[in-house]
Amino acid sequence: MIPARNIKENIDNLKSGKYKAIDLVNYFLNRIDKFDKNVNSFITITKDYAYQKARDIDKLLIENKNNPEERFPLFGTVIALKDLFLTKGIRTTAASNVLREYIPSYSATVVERLENAGCILIGKLNCDAWAHGSSGENSDFGNTLNPWNYQFTPGGSSSGSGAALASDFCQITTGTDTCGSIRLPANYCFKVGLKPTYGSVSRYGIVAMASSLDSIGHMASTTDDIKRVFDVTKGVDGYDSTLKNSDFVLGDKTLRIGIPKEFFVSGLDSEVRENIDKVISIFKNLGAEIVEVSLPHTKYGLSVYYIIQPAEVSSNLGRYDGIRYGGSRDLFGSEAKRRIILGSFVLSSGYYDAYYLKAMKVRTIINKEVDEAFSDVDAIIAPVAPTPPFHLGEKVSDPLKMYLTDIYAATANLAGIPSLALPFGFSKSGLPLGFQLMGPRFSEELLFNLGNRFETESGYVPKFASL
Amino acid sequence: MKTKKVTKKIDIMHVAELSKLKLTSSEVKLFTLQLGKIIEHVADLNEVDTKDSKPTSQTTGLVNVKRKDEVKQSLSQEDAVSQKGHTHNGYFVVPMILENKEI
Repeated sequence: MIPARNIKENIDNLKSGKYKAIDLVNYFLNRIDKFDKNVNSFITITKDYAYQKARDIDKLLIENKNNPEERFPLFGTVIALKDLFLTKGIRTTAASNVLREYIPSYSATVVERLENAGCILIGKLNCDAWAHGSSGENSDFGNTLNPWNYQFTPGGSSSGSGAALASDFCQITTGTDTCGSIRLPANYCFKVGLKPTYGSVSRYGIVAMASSLDSIGHMASTTDDIKRVFDVTKGVDGYDSTLKNSDFVLGDKTLRIGIPKEFFVSGLDSEVRENIDKVISIFKNLGAEIVEVSLPHTKYGLSVYYIIQPAEVSSNLGRYDGIRYGGSRDLFGSEAKRRIILGSFVLSSGYYDAYYLKAMKVRTIINKEVDEAFSDVDAIIAPVAPTPPFHLGEKVSDPLKMYLTDIYAATANLAGIPSLALPFGFSKSGLPLGFQLMGPRFSEELLFNLGNRFETESGYVPKFASL
Repeated sequence: MKTKKVTKKIDIMHVAELSKLKLTSSEVKLFTLQLGKIIEHVADLNEVDTKDSKPTSQTTGLVNVKRKDEVKQSLSQEDAVSQKGHTHNGYFVVPMILENKEI
């Protein structure tokens, strides 16, 4: 039995009796059991919990034969969560030794919504500890390997989320994106990833990294699945006060898509660049008008990010004192220590104005530029990362080099705009390639529309690594 | 207070103390080098003229979000202390910070 490759067909298959939810769980648990010792994408596998939910789903189907998806839009979808999402009664580690034994007494809003929508939780996924990293190598639970080629990183920080999907271990994964942490692993594992608008999906119950930048999103094999999950997770919950419900209306005029010229200068790998040229021609075929836009200050984005983010990290990680839950601060790994120190420094007396305040002001200039660009164009096409997947170990001893991986990711987080990472093409050495589509705040519907049309026009079919 | 300008070196020991982190001497050496490189990199922000720019701390445009002041169910005391073996009468036991040496 092979499960359907998208949510809609999966529901159809369950309804028509082609397979049962129990069979789905069997299929994925068998694969995890057989192959995850190579990939290391899971920290915790929730076997009994998944079987219990599968039995509930199969029972619900008997009672509600015709359209269970009306009440349960993600009926029988097998899901795994980045281990930053709190799950009541199920260990949540943030991939750090500090929380190795932590069992939450409540679940994140997003987790509750996904479970109430009919998802079957199969496990908790590996990532860089506290979501600090671009390769997964900062996990206290070992490296996750890229299923397309074990010598390469799957991208981080949501390393397990990309790798588990590409390994066919589940149907949907969740992630957090503070500066590319969903888009990069989606891109490096040939999956679709959504970094939603800041303020569209609740952060309640998700281990905080940098609170003005953290976006809660997910990965899937198709844009349609991304939309279905977003429709469940988005919206005001009464717990996260940054949330707003979107009132975006999708127009039907000819689309103008911008190409930021500053993103296509030195430092961009030629294979990535040539691949994006093909992407652009596909959008032209779809009738989009392609124009050049200029975002001259985005080149400062990463510098702004590496001041604001550690500042917020040092504040958020201040709560881990080992008194109420979790272990002592001695258990923080190197990367967390680096960021806490950098953050405390830029906030410290005498340096605040020169670093933190300065960065917040440059952030305003970048955001203004982005807003101006969107008064001219509907969406922007950009690379996700400057190169195809890199080797494990390649950047691990040089933090600055690792940080520069996220040079194209920073703009969306600083400006709080949504970005959809789409897979397209492979490098000569067989590694996944792709691009990101950014839109104005709360324009997810437009990105989904473009993503769907791109998939159709380019003849996209979901692909999985052979393990 | 005097505003210090951009620096090339972070006093790692001092900042570690502020952050309640214990570092080994090799960590201090490594972080001095690595964070020095990052501080040097982010100095490019000084090229940007920000005198007419206000700081951005969030991007939603929301101000003063309020909710109704209603009592809702919250975590039970039992749940709240469930993560620590070290509790006393439903309270957390914390390390001693003051010592009474002479009575």
